[in-house]
Amino acid sequence: MNLPEALSGLWAYWLLIALMMVGLYIVIARDNLIKKVMGLNIFQAAAILFYVTMAKVEGGTAPIVPGGADHGAGHGGHDVLYSNPLPHVLMLTAIVVGVATTALALALAVRIHGDYGTSEEDEAVAYDMGHG
Amino acid sequence: MKPPSRVREMPILRVIARALVPVILLFGLYVQFHGDFGPGGGFQAGVIFAAGLIIFALTFGVEALRQVVPVVLTERLMAAGVLLYGAVGVVAMFLGGEFLDYSALDPLTTGHYGQHLGIIVIELGVGIAVAATIMRVYYAFVGRRPGEDETGAEQALDAGAGREVS
Amino acid sequence: MIEKILVLEVVLPLLAAPVCVLVRHPRFCRLFSLGVVAACFAIAVALLVEVRGGGVISYELGGWPPPLGIEYRVSTVNAYLLALVTSMALVVFSFDSRGGPPRVPEERRHLYYAVFLLCISGLLGIAITGDAFNIFVFLEISSLSSYILVSLGGHRRAVMSAFYYLVMGTIGGVFFMLGVGLLYQATGTLNLRDIAARLEPSLDDRGTVLALALLVVGISIKLAVFPLHHWLPNAYSFAPPKVSAFLAATATKVSFYLLAMVLFTIFGAPFVFEELRLQAVLLPLSILAMFLASGAAIFQTDLRRLLAYSSVAQIGYMTLGLSTANATGLAGGLVHLFNHAVMKGGLFLVVACLLYRVGSVHIDALAGIGRRMPLTSAALVIGGLSLIGVPGTVGFVSKWYLVSGVLERGWTAAAVLILLSSLLALVYVGKVVEVLYFRKPAETQPIDHVREAPLGMLAPAWVLAAAAVFFGLTTDWTYGVAREAAELLLAGGI
Repeated sequence: MNLPEALSGLWAYWLLIALMMVGLYIVIARDNLIKKVMGLNIFQAAAILFYVTMAKVEGGTAPIVPGGADHGAGHGGHDVLYSNPLPHVLMLTAIVVGVATTALALALAVRIHGDYGTSEEDEAVAYDMGHG
Repeated sequence: MKPPSRVREMPILRVIARALVPVILLFGLYVQFHGDFGPGGGFQAGVIFAAGLIIFALTFGVEALRQVVPVVLTERLMAAGVLLYGAVGVVAMFLGGEFLDYSALDPLTTGHYGQHLGIIVIELGVGIAVAATIMRVYYAFVGRRPGEDETGAEQALDAGAGREVS
Repeated sequence: MIEKILVLEVVLPLLAAPVCVLVRHPRFCRLFSLGVVAACFAIAVALLVEVRGGGVISYELGGWPPPLGIEYRVSTVNAYLLALVTSMALVVFSFDSRGGPPRVPEERRHLYYAVFLLCISGLLGIAITGDAFNIFVFLEISSLSSYILVSLGGHRRAVMSAFYYLVMGTIGGVFFMLGVGLLYQATGTLNLRDIAARLEPSLDDRGTVLALALLVVGISIKLAVFPLHHWLPNAYSFAPPKVSAFLAATATKVSFYLLAMVLFTIFGAPFVFEELRLQAVLLPLSILAMFLASGAAIFQTDLRRLLAYSSVAQIGYMTLGLSTANATGLAGGLVHLFNHAVMKGGLFLVVACLLYRVGSVHIDALAGIGRRMPLTSAALVIGGLSLIGVPGTVGFVSKWYLVSGVLERGWTAAAVLILLSSLLALVYVGKVVEVLYFRKPAETQPIDHVREAPLGMLAPAWVLAAAAVFFGLTTDWTYGVAREAAELLLAGGI
């Protein structure tokens, strides 16, 4: 596959990878714990977007059976083209995991701030070096 | 903890919040129970419901919210919601199905009724647990006063089930 | 009968956690969680007995048949893991509650038990489920609760280590999730067996190779494979001692199962080890782990840190068994899961005893303790000998089969290196034993007040020490099961 083709056909993936690397870079390069958590969030969001991108079916509509609640008999709308709902459902779970991770990370950051008096990783490490 | 007095004195905020909070709570319940027929469900409803209460706390003070929903209650509801979910699964097992087999909940008809019943109760459990957890997280972070820390390691125990806010 | 209640293995601890939160009574929670863990252990043993000899039990969650529904599937491999996790959980839970987290006051202990039960439930879930995304969910349940457990250690650095662990673990988890996503894209299914059946891995298919890379790196972070092990020494040395014992004995083992399952069941040994030649990476990393981590262990002055670095080295032995990709070597790696759990779990429980009586496990504080706490120190010596691999202990059994597997593969140099690395273990274990028995206590740190650890602590530690000898002499159960599991994995089944 040549480059222009890769760029145009897979542009969503390029965006995702860029977003992911931004997140990872923040996690690695920033010393502030809160910023690290934000980087982690961006990183997770990129993965979630990957699943959502994957679920898109060209020309497909939202996966809701038209006609509403009559699904007991005669499933309506068999000829409708739907997007794939499964990745969305999975990502609902992944988002919840992300929220839990963020909440826990922030709680830990608060504790670190209480114990060290700083939210900067390098200062905390220096403090540990000084106090054993 | 008292909110900054400026917010307290802002009549526009207070009036709008007073009007909005019931609507948000009602919308939360709608999303909860309409989840059987259309888009919706416990996760979304729980978050909306908790958001409504948090808006209440932001305008009228955490103390006011704490009188309506005590901190211990959120902790209990978190656990109760999960247990409600699990109970449906276990009951289905006792009725001869697999874990979480809703059809087993209604052995008499062909299964559609059991499916409805199962998902409604399950989503109710999810909704309760999610709303309680979000509120507990809010309490855990907002209940901290600057400089007050040394005593508790507990808030790290669980982001949702952190320190007692008293 | 057992296939009807298989799901309780995961559901029991999962629902026991909220019960603990509701009841809030520390003593009740302690006994209740002990009972739950014992029930899980009983189910795991029953499952292992049931599936030995090639049986498979499948359970359809919610009555939805796979591949649409989530399937719980137990074969010898899973049952072995379930038995390992639950037995270690049982021993750790029966350990005296005074070894609990120092910073959690009595009235909040119920939350500690709840988190511990969630962690167990997550680990068991990873081992039992046959659905790729379900694995991710359980992986995160167990990881999130491990971060919390680690952060409860007495030292302020415990929280910092938990934060590191969280950052690394989350990156690993997201990598795993992306890998699963790519597999779903390639096959349109999430059921592990279905993926394995539909996937036709080839080097030309970049999506598949990328999926393998993401999965392997993601799991390797959680497993603490050598260059990605940075979180482990801090996490294990600052966590509460009971937590260190449990995590060291189980968490990395479950990740190892996950790695083996991805490599052998999903992608298949022919692709991974013949086409892709993953062993070209895995083997050097394993050997580096054995030498560098053991070398680092020698220079540690804190007993917990020493044991943590030794854990990284022992993970090297396991991945070495994986990279042989033959039945003997893989069985050696798998049997080392259990053997290492027994000895490292026992050693960390000894650390808990020492911490309780001496107050510190710094190497200088332990001088002469061998005479004050003879039984505790003897258990430590047994565990240490097992780490070295002295005949008659479990460590010897693992190394024997690992060396046989490596020789079968024709890697003579690697076999020699395994034996050489045991000498490093001899050095760091010898250092501790020397301090315990032969060094005079420092004038500034009198040890006259130090007494033997209480029975509630000593008994669980000795159960594991005794197991280290027992399973060193009787290998039918451990190696027999591991061999069967290895053959099953090599055949591409789970």
